[in-house]
Amino acid sequence: MSSRDVLVVADVQRDVLDDTTLELLSVGRGLAAAAEGQLMCVVLSADGQPFAESLSAADRLLLVNDVQLTVYSPGPYVTALQEVIAAEQPGVILVGGTSIGWDIAPLLACRLQAPLLTGCLAVQRQGDGLSASVSFCAGKMMADVHIAKLPAFLMVMPGSSRATDEVGRARVEIRVPSAPLAAEQIRFQEWVLPEPGDVDITQQSILVAVGRGIQQEDNVELAEELARVLHGAVCASRPVVDQGWLPATRQVGKSGMTVKPKLYLALGISGAPEHVEGMKGAGLIIAVNTDPNAPIFDVAHYGAEIDALDLLPALVEAVSAKKV
Amino acid sequence: MNIAVVVRQVPDLIESLDIDSTASALDWESISFIVNECDDHALEQALLLKEANGGTVSVVAFDFGDVENTLYTAAAKGAERLVKIPCETHRHPSPWTAASWYAQVIRDLAADLVLVGVQAHDEFDGVLAPALATALSMPYLGVIRGVQAGSRPTTVAACKEFPRAVRARMEIELPAVLGILGADRPPRYVPVSRIRNAMNTVHFEEPGLNVPLGESPVSVCRLYPPVSGTHAEMIAGSEAEAADRIADILVEKGLLS
Ligand SMILES: Cc1cc2nc3c(=O)[nH]c(=O)nc-3n(C[C@H](O)[C@H](O)[C@H](O)COP(=O)(O)OP(=O)(O)OC[C@H]3O[C@@H](n4cnc5c(N)ncnc54)[C@H](O)[C@@H]3O)c2cc1C
Ligand SMILES: Nc1ncnc2c1ncn2[C@@H]1O[C@H](COP(=O)(O)O)[C@@H](O)[C@H]1O
Repeated sequence: MSSRDVLVVADVQRDVLDDTTLELLSVGRGLAAAAEGQLMCVVLSADGQPFAESLSAADRLLLVNDVQLTVYSPGPYVTALQEVIAAEQPGVILVGGTSIGWDIAPLLACRLQAPLLTGCLAVQRQGDGLSASVSFCAGKMMADVHIAKLPAFLMVMPGSSRATDEVGRARVEIRVPSAPLAAEQIRFQEWVLPEPGDVDITQQSILVAVGRGIQQEDNVELAEELARVLHGAVCASRPVVDQGWLPATRQVGKSGMTVKPKLYLALGISGAPEHVEGMKGAGLIIAVNTDPNAPIFDVAHYGAEIDALDLLPALVEAVSAKKV
Repeated sequence: MNIAVVVRQVPDLIESLDIDSTASALDWESISFIVNECDDHALEQALLLKEANGGTVSVVAFDFGDVENTLYTAAAKGAERLVKIPCETHRHPSPWTAASWYAQVIRDLAADLVLVGVQAHDEFDGVLAPALATALSMPYLGVIRGVQAGSRPTTVAACKEFPRAVRARMEIELPAVLGILGADRPPRYVPVSRIRNAMNTVHFEEPGLNVPLGESPVSVCRLYPPVSGTHAEMIAGSEAEAADRIADILVEKGLLS
């Protein structure tokens, strides 16, 4: 129980542990080791035991088991976590940039009047505080910042660290909330799953991805045509799905799908971190964007600074010609 | 339903982002501003809720950037009340300070639902929407796409997004603050003539506040454009030449069948 310790908040939803948790454990291990502190990991769920093996890299695994934590609601989650923080007094609390993380990290930081950083790419201890590099402006700007006083909440950018492969022997401790938890004002009702029947973009080896740069609904057809000659499928960034030009099942990124095709052809996509999270594992990434400074060129293998709408018909032609 | 919406001005990322002479802040004087995308969705969601269930929509914004145009546009779309908070600094205060100022205004509006974009791309030392909920002592739920009337008049139903296109349908007791990622429908288009008309008929409420920047416990040492370890190999030439080169790459990699 000291500010040298680091607490990782595991992200579990629908009985699945989010991959970002294992990345947080490697960031947390570095921070704990530098201060000779302990690495703790907390799981909020009905029964955290099934996750114990995956999270064994921590020194201590705190399982807050409660039926009110079966599905997410901010009230019980924040209350349960606040109690753990009060008991353990960690100096750094690491939270993933996930759907739950975006609620609970800022809510707790406000309650505890503690600083919060989003988009952390790197972090080190510095004196009694810490220094960090954060990404903002959709990946177009970085800031080196300093926090003098702990505790601090850090939301770590998914993919900025490798997942831990440490197999440890975390001591498992079961925690019982001191008072009954209740989802009072915000209550979970039901899961809404995507409608089946559409193409499963996670199973495609070739994806033609369109972003806001495609400009109009009619232009999606140009991408469809290219996908047909390539025997692939069309997917999209969020704005295209927001416009209703393609169904949500075609969205790649944080709230969409994570894809690993052999080819990802990104047309008019800027490469915001929330999008890159879902496609950076593709075998070959080719990006087409009119902005030479678009962050997508930092993840792509090949790039072309041209108008995607001009390229599309030319590419359909070139591909058809090479196939014969 | 009495809905308040916070609409923020953020740097337009299409333009170049310059750093000022201290090297630790953006050069706010040279920045061109646009409406924060999630906030624009929050406004659309508020208008959709009002149209379906009655009520009023109030828009609250700090006075810098292109705020007047933003507010006239909101009026032309159907917002009733437009509140402009004086702000000498021509930039957004840190999220925690901003939250306390927005809260003062929103308390006076007696809003029962507050919609704010779940994030703004120029934030990194805090998140406004949950900070505002805390300042207003209201519950908060974020990463929302779509809000509808609830099963009772004192509730709304909202969908919270999770990975793989999965959503959780939640019922929320009002008053509450929701962090909006997307509206049920894309933000509406409004003809320029309607915006011009709003300019002649609408007036702004300007509360007698003046917002200091406040001190953040996070100090910025240095700003810089990202330096990536990797960069794409760029393909030069016309679109026909680029198309040819890309097709060749696909052949080389055995991706054409
Ligand atoms: C909690 C959260 C979750 C999110 N989840 C996702 C997600 O799952 N998936 C996702 O994609 N986003 C997600 N986002 C949104 C993300 O932050 C970005 O806003 C989004 O990815 C931007 O999409 P874009 O690149 O298509 O649009 P923009 O960023 O607007 O980029 C458009 C690009 O097209 C280029 N362009 C314009 N015209 C042309 C042309 N004619 N030819 C070539 N290039 C052109 C421009 O230079 C620009 O780079 C999420 C955001 C949040 C806050
Ligand atoms: N979670 C937090 N992160 C950063 N600053 C905070 C936080 N909570 C409170 N503050 C402080 O609160 C100040 C603004 O709040 P206020 O006093 O309400 O204007 C900031 O200048 C911060 O010093």
